[in-house]
Order: sequence, then C-alpha cells, then structure tokens
Amino acid sequence: MNSILKLAYKLLVNDRAKFTALLLGITFAVFLIMFITSMFVGVLNHASATVINIGATIWVMDPAVETVSNSVGMPDYVLDAVRSMQGVKYAVPLYSGGALVKLADGTYQSVTVIGLDDTSLLGRPALLEGKIQDIYAQSGFIVVRDAEFSKLENPHIGSEFELNDNRAVIVGIAQVATSGLYGIPTLYTTYQRAAEYIPNPRFTISYVLVEPKSANAIPQIKAQVERLGYRARTKEEFMQNTADFFIYKTGGGTNILIMTAISLIVGLSISGQTFYTFILENLERFGALKAIGIKSRDLVGMILFQATFTAMTGYGLGVGLCVSLIWLAKLRLPSYAAMLTFANLMVGFVLVVIIAAVSSYVGIRRVLQIQPFDIFRG
Amino acid sequence: MWESEGSYKYSHLTFSEDEMPQVAIKAQGLAKWFGEGEARTDALRDVDLETYFGEMLFIEGPSGSGKTTLLSVLSGILKPNSGTVRVEDVEIWSLDADKLAEFRLNKLGFVFQDYHLFPRLTTAENAAIPLILKKKDWNESIHEAIKYLEIVGLKGRADLPPVRLSGGEQQRVAIARAMVSQPDILIMDEPTASLDGDTGISILSFVRKNVLNASRCIVVVTHDDRIFQFASRILHMEDGRLTTARKGTT
Repeated sequence: MNSILKLAYKLLVNDRAKFTALLLGITFAVFLIMFITSMFVGVLNHASATVINIGATIWVMDPAVETVSNSVGMPDYVLDAVRSMQGVKYAVPLYSGGALVKLADGTYQSVTVIGLDDTSLLGRPALLEGKIQDIYAQSGFIVVRDAEFSKLENPHIGSEFELNDNRAVIVGIAQVATSGLYGIPTLYTTYQRAAEYIPNPRFTISYVLVEPKSANAIPQIKAQVERLGYRARTKEEFMQNTADFFIYKTGGGTNILIMTAISLIVGLSISGQTFYTFILENLERFGALKAIGIKSRDLVGMILFQATFTAMTGYGLGVGLCVSLIWLAKLRLPSYAAMLTFANLMVGFVLVVIIAAVSSYVGIRRVLQIQPFDIFRG
Repeated sequence: MWESEGSYKYSHLTFSEDEMPQVAIKAQGLAKWFGEGEARTDALRDVDLETYFGEMLFIEGPSGSGKTTLLSVLSGILKPNSGTVRVEDVEIWSLDADKLAEFRLNKLGFVFQDYHLFPRLTTAENAAIPLILKKKDWNESIHEAIKYLEIVGLKGRADLPPVRLSGGEQQRVAIARAMVSQPDILIMDEPTASLDGDTGISILSFVRKNVLNASRCIVVVTHDDRIFQFASRILHMEDGRLTTARKGTT
C-alpha cells in the first residue's frame, strides 16, 4: 500500500470509536436499504410465481390483465387464432384460478388451481412423488410441496379432498421454482378438469401459452395478437408488467422510495456527521501536514481513501448482515419473500457512494480551507 | 550590505570576509498586511533579513509584533504582499503551490508550538511523517524515525502514542519529526511555550548541541528570554519591523 494511504488508513482505523460509529452508520444504512429492497424484489418474484414455474416463452392474455393472478377469461377462438398465426410453433391453453378445498376436519382452505393443457401438459412441475400420467386419472390432482403444503394437512398420494364440492385425489407431489405470493397451496390438474370443477364465467382460457418457431418470430406474433384485440407478452415482459403493477399501482414503489430516502438520511446523518467530526478533530494536524509539505492532491487522496475504505467496508458488512438475516429467515420460513439481486446490490452501492461522496466532499472542503499559517498562529 | 572592503554588516552584526557564513535565507523588502482600507493591519513593514548556515537565529518580540507572520513568510507558508524570500538561492514565492510544498518538505523542518502530533499514531509513526509524505516505503520510514527518536533521547518509546509522553518528550518527538528528513533549515515556533522552564532549557540545549551544525540553520521564534542563551543571534521585532539585533550568549 502507498505509504500516504497507509497513513490515512492508520489515522482512520486507530480512532476506533469513530471508525466503529462510521461503520455502524453505513452498515445500518446499507442493511436497511438492501433488506427492504430484497423483500420487495422477493414479493415481486413470488407475484410472478406462475409465470416462472410454467416457463412458457409467450403469454397471450386479455389486455385488461395486470398481474398473472388476475386473469380474464378468453374465448376458445383465441386459441385457434393464435395456433394459426405465422411464427407460432405451438400454442396451448392454461387455466389459472382459485378454489376452496374442504379438509378432513371440515375447515376450508383456499387453493390456486393450475389447469395444464390436456394433450401436452406444458408447464408441468417436477414431480417428487407419483407419476405424471396419473394426472389423467379420475379426479387426479398434483400438489406442490412448498411452505403452504402443510395447510392441506400434509397430503400424500391417495389423499382425498372435496374441491368445490368435487372429489379430488392427490396423485403426485411436486416442487416448483417459486411459491406463490398469497400464501395458499397450489394444485395442478388438467385444463379440462379445472374448467369442469371450478365455476367459471363464459370463457375459461386464462392464458394461451405460445412457443415461437424462433426468437425472431416473437415481434411478429405479438403484432398479430394485438390485431386480434389481445395482448402477447414474453415471459420477462409479463413478469415486468406484474412488477410494475406492484411498484406503481399499489404504493409499494413509493414505500421503497421512502425507505431508500430514510436509509440515505440515516447513513448520511450518522456517517457523514462522524466523518466530519473526525476531520474537525484532526483539522489542525492536517494543517500541520500542509505546513510540513503535503501536496493538496495527496491530502485529498487521503480523505477520499478514508471515505471510500469506510464506505466499502460498511457496504460489505451491510450486505453480509442482510444475507445472513435472509438466510436465517429462510431456515425458518422457506417461502420467505426476500431475494438479493444485482439491482439490490447496485442500489446499496450507489447509496454508499453518495454517503462517501458527500462525507468526503465536506471533509475535503474543510481541510483545503485550513491554512498552515493558522497552525503557526495557534 | 558591504560596509567596507573585507567586512560585511548585517544589522548590528559585522563579520570579516573570511569568516563570512553561507546565506540560508535572504529576505528583502518584506511587507505583509491583513485587511484593506481602515481595517488594514500591517504585520510586516519592509523587513530585510539574512540567516546563515551554522547559526541559531532567534526572533523575539512582544505578542502581535509580527514574529509568527515573518516565520510563516520565510518558510513559504504565507505569501507576502511585497518583497522576496530566497532560500538557498531559490526564490520560493515564485514557485507554484505544489513546488512550494515540495520545497518545504525537502528543505525545511518544522517544530510547532503545540507539536501537532497525531494522537492515534505511535511516536515512531509521528516522527516518520515527513518521510511518509515523501512517499518513502512505510517500514523504511519508521526504521529511520526510530533512529531519530533515539537521537532525541526517546529510545524505547517508539511504539507509544504521544499522549503517553510528557510535554518535553512530545516536543522531542516533534524535533525528531522535523529532523528525520534531514532539512537544511529548522523552523521552531515558540518551542518552549508549552514546557516548564527546566524542560524548555534542556530541549533548546539539546537542539543547540545535537541538531545545529555547520550545514544547518535554525530559526526560532520565541519570547522566552530564558532560552536566549542558546541563540547565535537575536533579532528583536516590534510593530512589524526588525528593530535591533544582538549576538547571542553562546
């Protein structure tokens, strides 16, 4: 390490009380922002659970659909029309709806029912127990083993329920990549059975799942669907639409913005203030360094190094704390909706860069203002 | 100025030509004022000064007489409104800020009135600061600083923080810091102001015996007449002017 930077490092870390206060401020600010944004990202991810788990490339839907869980039924001709569109390799219907299961003790439990295309079973989950062809058996349902599994009294293959007054038999137990947002169990069955068991309005197709012949065909398919009066979205676009709904139409985005601002204020008020006090306490000594002959750019470099070192250490600790807490929470609650993404990390990083920049700017200004002559004057 | 052939007169001092010492600092026509108009205060008025290698020059005078301003101007810290300062034939006020800082770092050593030691660094780290600012290797700088701490009588104290040292010892650390880069000129600002009488005398005695040599000039600003005995020459300053000069007692 450059000896001047080592001097800056020692001046910083040897003042343990202030260094600790600086780190605590930044760590807490980073933790706060990372934790709240990771929870929000987790919620958004769970909100798109069906899209993720089914995994279709293109989703055709009614234009009024804002999230995957609020589908609007489409007439059967839409499926036929999409199948006949140029660039479409194949297209299948998907049913997504809610039902009530009557448990053995007489209580009712809401469930999400996904009805897969009878022919292809496109979007079927990975089975932990049972055979996929048993889904065609009479009243056959596959249950997802996730955090909500126990709400159906931990069913096993052969367990029977009353589902909307129809008999339902568990023929398989599956796992999925992401569990749903609303904390209710998920059952898979065939499209026909779902439409039959669950009371529906006139139209029963929730979504048409499309596989394009090639990626280049996607814009063409989307345009054709638009002309039909419906909307086609890629998997990623649909997830983004769902996220946008929660960000802009539920107040969630505003809350995140407020939390980010609070984190910034907390970080700046603790760390900025402490760093400024650190500079003030050493101001005369920095003046003495100027008298001895340190160049202004070396002095600025020292302060920038101190601010950057503190910010990056605090950032690392904040991220570490956030990851640890999410990990601990997920040990207890497997479906805990928190997820660290690159975007979270970047938001936290930008936050500490702002804190470091403001703190060092204030410090640098103060240090550059001190005149060595003032040191002589005492 | 040359007084007559074979002799040189500086203020009240006269040297013969063969004992003529080499000039360390030469200042001419220095003027420095603060404020403008009616608020203007003249801190230096037409000051001429020469210091020589091998001498320990004291500048004394009452508070507000301009001693500290003069010291700051001579050491390249405070720019005069007029006049020139040549240090070893370099007109220091023609240098840009970075060059001037580099010049101070290489040629001058400073001992401040309040020492200005970093309390969170060890004694050795404090003493090594000029070498560190010169971007010398950290370990080499510390090693060199320890040698100078031994010279100033602080053997075994290298790892202590300055707050664990007495005032006199802290002053010695400040002297070690000033000496560590082997400057040609040592600037000492009120070196005994924070010390008791005996400690002040022992410090100056040490400096006179161990720091001053033929290739070094020491300029001391003080109003502590107990240490005048260590001066080669004493200049009296009053109202921004150097008024009288006399030889020191040693």
